[in-house]
Amino acid sequence: MVQFTRTRLDASFSAISDATRRGVLEHLGRADASITDLADKFHMTLTGMKKHVGVLEQAGLVTTEKVGRVRTCKLGPRRLEEEMAWIERYRQLWDARFDELEKVVEQLKRKEQVDGRKQRE
Amino acid sequence: MDASRESEANPMKNPTTAERKSERELVITRTINGPARIVFEAWTKPELFKQWWVPKSMGLSLLSYDADVRTGGSYRLVFAGAPEPMAFYGKYIEVTPHSRLAWTNEEGGDGGPVTTVTFEERGGKTLLVLSELYPSKEALDDAMASGASGAHGGMSETFEQLEELVVSLVAS
Repeated sequence: MVQFTRTRLDASFSAISDATRRGVLEHLGRADASITDLADKFHMTLTGMKKHVGVLEQAGLVTTEKVGRVRTCKLGPRRLEEEMAWIERYRQLWDARFDELEKVVEQLKRKEQVDGRKQRE
Repeated sequence: MDASRESEANPMKNPTTAERKSERELVITRTINGPARIVFEAWTKPELFKQWWVPKSMGLSLLSYDADVRTGGSYRLVFAGAPEPMAFYGKYIEVTPHSRLAWTNEEGGDGGPVTTVTFEERGGKTLLVLSELYPSKEALDDAMASGASGAHGGMSETFEQLEELVVSLVAS
């Protein structure tokens, strides 16, 4: 899990270490866009923009889909992964909490058994 | 994936499940080895509740807990925090002995969830089903994005904090 996270982090950090790529993410956060749109917006050649989008895609921050002759970019599956990671942390918290509850319940059960025996004596 | 790892480590342990049931609801389930009567008691008596609500892995210490566990009664949990203590509070909106509890979480304003927990006894064991229902999809998304692990405090580790940093850099 840690290794998995580290690899993803490395990819994420290198992906966002570049000002243009951060700009692209910001732009896609507002609306999907084609590579041509992005190239225009960031005053860049189509080839240059394709490279940037490729890096973001590898980091899972952006997905692209080709419809006809246009490749559209949108924010990627990372959002879903973030949500899964969050739910897993949330589950772990409750799991630890319920383990403690289990101990308290065990003590109460034992106490009841002892009290029950005392009453019968 | 983690659930399976856990059961390998301790095959006797009852598993805890968590899922986003809908756009605005999270649901947790867990079976506890004991009758509903006793599990309910451990949940509703403050001196018992304090013994389990804040597991060590949360990395927080509980300064105080006051609760009037009756329908309409309020509760307040205070954790040690920097620079100031953090308070979590709300009201019990349903207290049905041995079967159902519901309370509000008001520290976050209107966006807080309503938490409901049901106690179902089966053969001397109790199935707990806990639901956190947020007022809207946005409220639940915000709670996730803020990094708070819901339910009174987050558990963050270095990597998770870095991860959040990445997300916030991307989002900003």
